Amino acid sequence: MRVGAQIHVSAPPQSVWEVISDPTRQLSYMSGITRWEVTGERPAGLGARYRMLLRVGSAEVGGLIELVEFAEPREIAWTSVTGVDQRGRWRLREASDGRTRVELRLAYGVAGSGLGGWVAEHVAAPIVTGHLRRTVQQLKRLVEADEVRARAAARRTAQSA
Amino acid sequence: MSTASAQARSNGRAPEPPAASADQRSMLTRVLRGVAEQAQRRIPRADLDERDPDFIRERLPLMWLIASIWFRGEVRGLGNIPDSGPVLLVGNHSGGNVTPDTIVFTLAFNAYFGVERAFYQLAHNLVLAMPALGSLRKFGTVAASPSNARKALESGAALLVYPGGDYEVHRPSWERGRVDFDRRKGFIRLALEQDVPIVPVVSIGGQETALFLSRGDRLARLLALDRMFRLKVLPISIAAPWGLNIGDMLGHVPLPAKITIETLPAIDLRAEFGPDPDLDEVYDHIIRLMQDTLDALGAERRLPIIG
Repeated sequence: MRVGAQIHVSAPPQSVWEVISDPTRQLSYMSGITRWEVTGERPAGLGARYRMLLRVGSAEVGGLIELVEFAEPREIAWTSVTGVDQRGRWRLREASDGRTRVELRLAYGVAGSGLGGWVAEHVAAPIVTGHLRRTVQQLKRLVEADEVRARAAARRTAQSA
Repeated sequence: MSTASAQARSNGRAPEPPAASADQRSMLTRVLRGVAEQAQRRIPRADLDERDPDFIRERLPLMWLIASIWFRGEVRGLGNIPDSGPVLLVGNHSGGNVTPDTIVFTLAFNAYFGVERAFYQLAHNLVLAMPALGSLRKFGTVAASPSNARKALESGAALLVYPGGDYEVHRPSWERGRVDFDRRKGFIRLALEQDVPIVPVVSIGGQETALFLSRGDRLARLLALDRMFRLKVLPISIAAPWGLNIGDMLGHVPLPAKITIETLPAIDLRAEFGPDPDLDEVYDHIIRLMQDTLDALGAERRLPIIG
């Protein structure tokens, strides 16, 4: 099952990138995430590994994931190493007026789970899609608030100079 | 009194009707013993290698559907379980032979820690002897015995036990808010012997999946089920689709009661109770902790079944 969500953020791609590539900030904007911890030696970048869990229905599902694409400031992709099969991707593209189009995709499933798996994937889809939508909305709020604070700080510095 | 029995007494012989009833009793005993032997033969030898992570992974979506939609399961505090190493999970047991709390917790544990972490559950011998439930062994279910429990913990696995067993799981529905291990303390001896932490797992809702009327423990004793099948109860309930359900041997369709499970912080027995803990003191402490949690979970529920 593949689900996704997208949004326009009033900030340049680099500002969005700094938030989504920082493993310490995932819990502050990702909806439904109950655990996100670095498990390897590398905290970020290609090959970084995280243990993540997402609450879906009566279970926290997820497992160990590894970043398989890390192209600043455009793409981050991951795939599961253990746990539920999943592939995810952040896509950042520059839009008009200095804004950024942000897209979050997630494909998930359990190979070999048969009809039960097919039904479960479809029943879970609205829940997962809801998490993705809230995630991009919370990301937008976080990044735009950071931008406002940064601009205000720059203004104060200019005035004091 | 009949003339025949009076004649028999006058002849010094036993009256006929009691003799016939003794014959019937001995025949019933022989039949039950035969069934018991068959059942004992069917009990598979515990083999921890029968647990199959791929099989579990492929069944997780179906379990998720049952747990999420039918039971609206909610499992809290899984972070209290140590991330690695052997651990003894001690639960209160509800729901008759269908045990919805085990379904919800097994899903939650495997989803949270991954199917790669070895996780075993002890179950009554008869459960594993039933032909339709053979696949439980692939989930890591092994026959309840001290040696199987030791084997599982020695292998470094997490082990789920229900000390109350058949006695607790068939308690009447009006005792649903009570943790009742029947003073069984084997789990404490096991934790001390293996030097592993105990994590209490408290669940509510299972006893609302049918109307449990009686354990039928007197009936079980009368039929000698305890000696032959290790069954201390012959439960009587009203459950779908049977109506009056005696024994619950074929299971039942559980009502869609909301199952809530709370996992409590791990207890290191020697750190909390000294190098040689008193079993009664530890037992009372664990029961008190679990009962307080069950009371709190009960206070959250507004209506039976709905939760």
